[in-house]
Formats: sequence, C-alpha cells, structure tokens
Amino acid sequence: MSAPNNSFDPVEVTPLHPDEVARMREEALAAIEAAADLAELKEVRLAHASDRSPLALANREIGALPPAAKADAGKRVGGARRDVGQALKARQAVLEAERDERVLVEERVDVTLPWDRAPRGARHPLTTIAERMADVFVGMGFEVAEGPEVEAEWFNFDALNFQPDHPARTMQDTFFVEGPEGGESGLVMRTHTSPVQVRALLSRELPVYVVAPGKTFRTDELDATHTPVFHQLEGLVVDRGITMAHLRGAIDTFVESFFGEALRTRFRASYFPFTEPSAEVDMECFVCHGRSVGNPDEPCRTCSSEGWIEIGGCGVVNPRVLTAAGVDTEVYSGWAFGLGIERTLMFAHGVRDMRDMVEGDVRFTSAFGSEI
Amino acid sequence: MRVPMTWLREYVELPADVTARELASRLTLAGLEVETVDELGADLTGPVVFGRVLEIEELTGFKKPIRYCRVDVGRANGTGEPQEIVCGARNFAEGDLVIVSLPGAELPGGFRIGARKTYGKTSAGMICSATELGLWEDHTGIVVLPEGFGEVGADAIGALGLREDVLDIAVTPDRGYALSMRGVARDTAALYQVDFRDPAEVDIAGPVGPGHPAAIADPALADRIVLRGATGFDPEAPTPLWMKRRLHQSGVRPVSLAVDVTNYVMLELGQPLHAWDRDRLTGTLTVRAAEAGEKLETLDHVQRSLDPDDIVIADETGSQAVAGVMGGLDTEIGLSSNAVLVEAAHFDPRHIARASRRHQLSSEASRRFERGIDSRVQLAAATRAVELLAELGGADVETAYTEVSLPVEPTRITIRTGHAGAVAGVDYPEGTTERWLRAVGCSFEADGDVLTVTPPSWRPDLTDPNDLAEEVIRLEGYENIPSIGFKGFGRGLTGSQRLRRAVGRALAASGHNEVLTYPFLGERDLDGLQLAADDPRRVSMRLANPLNDEEPLLRTTLLPGMFRTLARNVGRGLNDVALFEMGLVYLPRAGAGRAPLLPVDRGPSAEELELVDAALPEQPRRVGVVLSGAAEHAGWWGPGREAGWADAIQAVRDVARVAGVDLEVEAAQYAPWHPGRCAALFVRVEGERVLVGHAGELHPRTVKAFGLPERSAAAEFDLDLVERARTKVTAPEVSAYPVATQDVALVVDASVPVGEVSAALAEGAGELLESVRLFDVYTGEQVGEGRKSVAFALRFRAGDRTLTAEEAGAARDAAVALATERTGAVLRG
Repeated sequence: MSAPNNSFDPVEVTPLHPDEVARMREEALAAIEAAADLAELKEVRLAHASDRSPLALANREIGALPPAAKADAGKRVGGARRDVGQALKARQAVLEAERDERVLVEERVDVTLPWDRAPRGARHPLTTIAERMADVFVGMGFEVAEGPEVEAEWFNFDALNFQPDHPARTMQDTFFVEGPEGGESGLVMRTHTSPVQVRALLSRELPVYVVAPGKTFRTDELDATHTPVFHQLEGLVVDRGITMAHLRGAIDTFVESFFGEALRTRFRASYFPFTEPSAEVDMECFVCHGRSVGNPDEPCRTCSSEGWIEIGGCGVVNPRVLTAAGVDTEVYSGWAFGLGIERTLMFAHGVRDMRDMVEGDVRFTSAFGSEI
Repeated sequence: MRVPMTWLREYVELPADVTARELASRLTLAGLEVETVDELGADLTGPVVFGRVLEIEELTGFKKPIRYCRVDVGRANGTGEPQEIVCGARNFAEGDLVIVSLPGAELPGGFRIGARKTYGKTSAGMICSATELGLWEDHTGIVVLPEGFGEVGADAIGALGLREDVLDIAVTPDRGYALSMRGVARDTAALYQVDFRDPAEVDIAGPVGPGHPAAIADPALADRIVLRGATGFDPEAPTPLWMKRRLHQSGVRPVSLAVDVTNYVMLELGQPLHAWDRDRLTGTLTVRAAEAGEKLETLDHVQRSLDPDDIVIADETGSQAVAGVMGGLDTEIGLSSNAVLVEAAHFDPRHIARASRRHQLSSEASRRFERGIDSRVQLAAATRAVELLAELGGADVETAYTEVSLPVEPTRITIRTGHAGAVAGVDYPEGTTERWLRAVGCSFEADGDVLTVTPPSWRPDLTDPNDLAEEVIRLEGYENIPSIGFKGFGRGLTGSQRLRRAVGRALAASGHNEVLTYPFLGERDLDGLQLAADDPRRVSMRLANPLNDEEPLLRTTLLPGMFRTLARNVGRGLNDVALFEMGLVYLPRAGAGRAPLLPVDRGPSAEELELVDAALPEQPRRVGVVLSGAAEHAGWWGPGREAGWADAIQAVRDVARVAGVDLEVEAAQYAPWHPGRCAALFVRVEGERVLVGHAGELHPRTVKAFGLPERSAAAEFDLDLVERARTKVTAPEVSAYPVATQDVALVVDASVPVGEVSAALAEGAGELLESVRLFDVYTGEQVGEGRKSVAFALRFRAGDRTLTAEEAGAARDAAVALATERTGAVLRG
C-alpha cells in the first residue's frame, strides 16, 4: 500500500484509470449476464463483487490519492460497483425464478387420483325435501309444529269432526293399538298429520300459523304406489279474517317454489271431515303443461295425460274442529292443507317406485346428498 | 256411481253439444269427481241390423248341435236376399226377431265379422248375443227381441243404445245424494243453469186403506217405512231390454224383473228398496233391533249371527232382513212370487254403517244408507217401483198402502248472505247465495241479510253454515277464488328442530346414509337382540291389526329395522355400509289406561288433556347408527380400515359435539352389544349424570340372528336427552399468550380405562390446562406384562401472562399426581 504522496498523479495509478475501471465493470457485467445458474452466479459474485474482486481492490487505492483526485476516482469506482451489485441482484432474481419454476414443475402430481378414503354419506331425500317444504312455509311466516305418532283416537278423529260410525272414519285404513290384555287403548297410529292442528291450537296462542311435517300410517301393503308408513306436511292458519284466497296464495307459493313459476293450480270441491268447504288441489303438469290431454301422439307419464297433478287436499277449518279445540269461532276462522311428501319427491325428482324411498338402499339415498 | 249420459239427459235439459268429457270436467270441479268416462260401444262399427229368422236347418254330425239359418235382413246386405248364417245358439225359432252383424262389422273388443267357411257351410255374419254386443252379460244364447222392436234391415246400433258414454263418479262420503241419477242430474242442471225434471215427483193418491201392517219399534232406528204391494205379478215376465241395458251400464247385474225394478228405482232415486214375497211373510213387519242370539241366513247364503245393534226387519216369526244391508234368503222374491211387497224405509245411517262393518257386507243399499238418503222419498220410490211392476210385469198396484212416519225435527241453518263470500275471499254479487241455495233445493226465509235455511230432505249433509257456503262456492266455481299473498309472524325453527338438521348433516358428512325404517317389530327381533326376559325393551305397544302377523309390535328400539336395512344393502353387494336413522320409539307407560274420547262441543280442560296424554306411550326421539365393512377404503394411499366399535362410539361423540354437549363414555355390558366392546354413554343434565344410550360392536349372536356381516357395530341413543344436556354457550376469552406444551407418558394396569386417566389428568392439571389429548397407547415388553403405556399431550396457557417453564411443569406434575392417585399411573422414565 502506497503512502500518501501529494505529487502523485492519479491517472498514473493503473487500477484507477478510467479505462481500467470501465473495463472491470464491463467484465463483471458480462460475467453476470453469462452466469447460467445460481451456482455460476455465485462464482461470478466471488470474482467480481467480493472483497478480493478487482473493483474492490481498486477502491482501496483511492485512499492513496491526493485529495483533489479522491472524489473523482471515488465516484468512478463507486458507480461501477453499484452497477455490478444491481446486475447481480437482478440476475439472482431471474435465476431464482427459473429454478423455482423448474422445481414446481418437477413436483407436479396427478391431481386426477381419487382420494375417496372415507365413504360418502347422505341424508334421506324425504327428510331433506320435507325440510325444504317446511322452509317455504317458514318463509311465509309459519312455524313448524309437531305431535306424537301414536295418537289418541280423539285427536286423530273425533276432534277433527270424524264422527263415530261416519264412513269417513273408515276412509283411512287405520292401525289400531291394543290396550292392556288386548282391550281397547283409544290409541291409533296417526293416519294423517291433521291431529297436530288440534294440538297446535290447544298449545299455542292465537293466531296460529304452523306447518307439521311428519310420519303417518295406514294399513296399505308396500308396493310401487303404496306404503304403510309415509309422510305428510300439514298446514294450518287460524286468524281473524282468513279466507280461501289466502289458502290459494299459500298453495301457489309452494307450487312455484318446487315446480316452477307460472304453473296454474286449481281447487276441486271435495270432502274432508275437518274442513268445510274442502278442496283437492291440482297443479298444471309441469312436464306437458296439458299438451298431452286428448293427444295420444304425445302421452305424458308424469300426469298420465290428465294435464293436472293432484298434490294434496285443503279447505276451511270446519268450525266444529275449532270448537273442539276451544277456539271462538265467532272471532276466528282458518284453513288447513295437507301435502304428500313422498308425492312431492316423486314428482320433483322423478322417483318412480315407492319402494325406493322405503328400502334404504344407499345407492338411492346417496344420489341426493345432504341437501335437496 | 255410474251415470249413463242418455239416462241423465232424461232429467236435465242439457244442451246437445255438451260432451260427456266436458260434463265430467265440470262435475269434477264441483265436487262430483268423475274418475273415468267409459265410452261404451266406441269400438263398435256396423252394419248391425235387425233380422228375422226365416229358416233353421239343424246340422248334425258335429260335437255340438249347430244351426244353419237363413235370415231376412232386408236390403242391409245390398242384395235383399236372405243372409246365410251358421249359429251355435238354440234359444230361438223361425220367425224370431234377432240382431245380426253383417260382414264388415266390428263388435266390442275388436271382434271382426266376415264371411267364412264353417261346419261345411258359408256363414256370412253373426246372430248376436247380449254379451257380444256389450249389452249385458248373458251366456244363455242370442238376443230374441220382442215383436215390433225394430224393422227388419234397419240399423240396430242406435235403436239398441249400443253406444253410450258413462260417467264413473267417485262419490265422497258427504254427498250421498249423488248416488242417484236424480242427485247427479240436479247438480248438472244447476251447473249448466238448465231445467231439471225431478223423477221423484210421482202422482200418488192417498192410501185408500191400510196396506200390509208395519211398525217402527224404536225411533232411534228408523223414522219412516213405506210398504206398497202389487198383486198378480208375473214372475216370469222378462225385464225389458232398455232396463237391463241401463242396469248393466250402471254396473248392476240384471237378475229378474222384480229385483231389476227395485235396483232401477234405487239408481234413479237413491232409495234402496226391498221386494218381499208377501206370501212368505207372517203378520206385521217391524223395524226393530236384533235380539241377542238371533240368526238369519242372508241372500248370499251366509248364516249370520245378529248383533243387538243391528236393525232388522222382522215379521211375527222373526228377523227377515238385516235392514239397509241385505235381505233374508227365506223371504226373497222368487220365480213363483205373484204378490210383491215393496219396502222403502229411512234407517239411521250410523246403525247401518256399523252393521255393514260388523258383517263385512258393503252393499249398494248400505253404501247409500250410511251416506244419508232422502228422508222423504220413500213413498215416491215405492210407488214408482210398483207402477213399474204393473207396467212391465202385468201386476195390479194395490191402492191401499202403509206409511209409518215418525216426526223429525227439521234442520234449520242461519247464515248471513255474505258468509260464502267471506269464506271464499270473493265479493259475490248480491243474490248469489240465494240463487245457489235454491238450485240445490234449499228453502229459506230472509230477514235483512240473515237467511234461515231449511235444507232439502235429500241433503242431510247440510247442517252448518259452512256446508251452505261450500254449495255456493263450488257452484259459483272454485276456480274463481283468487290467490292472495299474506304473511304470518313465525319465529323460525326451534332449537330442537335446528339441532336435528345439524345432527343429520353431521352424520351424513361423516359417511352415514340416512334410512327411514318401518317401526314394526316381532318377538323374534327382540330375541335376536339377545334381550333378557325382563328387559324393558320387551314391553311394547301392540297393533290390533298389523299388516304382518309376525310383526305386531311397535318398536322400542330402532336397531332391528336398521339391521334389516343393513342386511338388504349387503345382500345387494354393497359391503361398506354406514347407516343412521332418527326416529321415534314407543315406550308404554306403566299403568296407562284407555285414552278417553273427550267431548267435541267445547275445548278440553287441562285435566282432560292430561288424561289423554297419560294414555299415550312415551315417544322419545332416538338416533341409531349401524356400521359394517370399510370405514376407510384401501387405495393408492395405502391400506383401508374396517369400521368397528370405535366408529360407532365416535358417531355419538360427533353428535354430542354438534350439540355442544360433553359425552362421558364407560364400559358396559348391554344387549345387543359384545360384552367386552360396549360403551354406555352419559351426559350431564343440570348436573345429573344421565344415560343416553350405548355403542360398540354387536354381539356375535345378534350378528348371526340378523344375518349381518361379522363385527358389525352399532349405536343407539336418545337425542332428546342429549338436547336436554345443552347449555347456553358463554363466549370464551381467547388468550393470545404463548402455549406451553408438556407430554407425559404414563404406565397403568392394562385394565384401567384411558378415559379415567385422561379425566384425572384434566382435573389435576387445574385451570391452566387448555387441552389434554391422548396420542399413543403402547403395550409390550418395555412396560411389562399386563401393563400399558399411555401418552398424552398437555397444553397449558394463561390468560394474562406467558407461563414460565416452572409453572407449566408444576401443573403437569399436579396432573400426573392425581392420575397416579386415581389410577395407579406411573410416569414412564
């Protein structure tokens, strides 16, 4: 290392000569550019940017220069080192990106491999469709009411204006429950969800807006269209100033929700002991929209070319039922409806055979998943 | 009720262009549901003509006698020559007027008529029987028509009424009046607003003297009986073709003139009639209750033991008919009866309904009586019948007749004129209610807008204001009721309802498929479960009328039905099956009495309701789980895992977690589970430990009894109890300070349940403990015979500071100390 020498001409110190500094810079930049991978770049860094690199050594020489020359040389060498540093950083980023890309490509897997380690489960479509049906009415401001499945005859029949010995009482083939020692128990398996109407009226404050989905029982042998255990959804409104027009509104909302907008519905006069007036409810066939009627060339399996599909029964709650439930019929009136849940599932999802809904074959159930 | 259109048109001025289908649609909307429109004879094509038998040649040498006939069919065959026809029937003679179908005709059922060689002759056509023409069932021969019925060669299709549209109406229990032509015609006339002619309007002269004596013993059984006689009746007089045809079209088999006439009048007026052979009756005919022990052989040749609740018609020798249901064999009108006594009565509908069910005899008569017939039409019906017997059977109508009539309080209904509109939600024009009430036969007095209505005698179903409203609304058209939106004010689902949905979703998400099994069990199922003789699950409700005699019980456990479903799936080649069911079981209450029938003219009192509900079984909601096959499949990732006892228990733990309830598990021995692999499951309800159910591997004998795969596992628990254990969650304060983790390995006797060690650690660790989790169980040489090593990860954290190593260590030591004290656990070196 030279001692300070004021008469020393900086230009004559070779490493600090402008041409020499430029050469070292160019060499470094060229080497950086030429580095093909991170390992080579590491070598280049050692050769051109380490403490022993030519530019670092040149930088040390600056101290030996006369004060007048220091600034100039410092600026020159500093600039070159900064350029080299930046080039290294840029090249490092490029090469790292290249490496990462290569590694990620090498780590590629077959994403189509299955991962069905755990078998799938599902809820029964009758459960989920019953919930969906209830939810439509909950959206209209109904609550969901419940009642026992083994029910007192009084609730299942008498309170609903099924008079003793009236033929209506034998319309529904009833499972009777034996009492002790084979005597009469006064109990039946409920033949419909209608007893929940009476229970709701007895246990709730008026007005009442409830639906009651649930199991019902009749002595039908299981076949493609019958099952002794099936499901209904009962609806009941008891309020002041309630009319059949509101009933129709509720039914129409249900039909729109499940089968599509702008489907016509119709009421047909009918008879149920617990409603008066009573009606059967039909909806326009959502498949053929009536085009199959009288048209043998275009038969419709869904509605048997009737054009209409029966979906349930309804009517104005017979004031006798309200009376039996202790409701003042001078002030309150109401209506009720009953919809078949199996029937709704059959139509909404094309179930052809009742037995599919009964047998518990997991292939049937799992097709529906956990929500419908 | 089958309604031939041409018959209906006799009473209704129905426009000619109204088709059967159109009428069917109108009637259906108005409450008379037409199930089918039968187009009888729609597949019949001519030529079918009247012919006269000119010559009969008996052919011999065949297996049966055959006739070769020459039949005059006028110019209907185009030539005017006699038609040559081979015929197998023998009930006709030369000169008879018959019905001939000529070649080219097609008879009902696609039966084509042509000229063909048979029995060595050419037969060009057919002489027809009633069955072949679809007239009625008759296999005794061809139809021989009365002289003058038709002109030889003329078309017979129209003249015989071979084409007829028949409406088949499913009559609801309230509309008894529609079980008559008269009733259907009246509704039809109202719907089309055309004239109606009432066939019950029969001219009747008052009785000239008493007829056959009659009495009503008890006004609760009947309020009217009419007896009207005809003498000199020719019992062999044939029923005219038109009547037989109509009976056949209406679904009633023609029998003999006397019987056919009573049936015809019943179809016409809705009044069931009984035709007695007067010569076989002794003395007064009395309507009375059957006496205990009385027996009667009815027309169907069945000897019936009568019940004191049966109404009978008795003469002085005893019961001769089960009133309103079926007549007795001895007094039946027969082929030698010249004196006919027609009985028309109005019996109490409830008695008839009970008798019909008791004797399992549903007749045309009982169907009408139990639905309610016209209470005043008896005399008209009996008169109509004897007049027909006179006209068709050569009888003389007796001018004297008997009518016993008890006073009946008429029904009166008060209704506001606006009531129907208020019920329907429609603003009907003024006068609408009055118009329709009149159309169905009501009379009324008006006082301002209040009507006092007297329903007609044929509408016993009209008793309440809403019954009248229905008449107005249905005739005005249900289709005119608008659809109006509204809003209730429900508060959404209850916690219990939401929990059930969440539990179902959780079980489905963990691989279980929901099933809905039938709730019927047999003793064999309970035996298959290996239940002890005194197991409470053997105490069940029993059906009086099960579908299957082998399964008369109502389930006290979900498992047998689920086992059957599991076996069905396995039988179909589905080996990896996890099922769940959520449903009620029915547990009889000890000492429950008969559920009372409460009054219906008022609401029940709280005490009365309690009485009813005390008779009901308890019906808790259970969740069942059954498992078999792989819980995890084998695959490219490695081997699979069979489902077992642990999965069954975990399913319940998962449900408890959904409910936010701690589940306590301990070893138990309980059928139908494997005694060494069964867990009893508990929750805390208000501090009290409550058993909610069991889970584990099934007992091998149960597996065998139900035909399940080996090592099948199951769980069953009471969801209602789990729900009761729920408490409101108070939000935790989440500490942001670092966690201190301490692992401990403890050696315990192999018989010590891990649950106990874990509980002791948790209790001993104190408040700083965040969680304790078992991560390993080891048995082997290193810990010695009969011992096991259990390793737990303990996590400690404080809410207000970073724990020091000393604090965490002290807490761990306290945890281990309690575990040592409770279970003999030794810290593994």
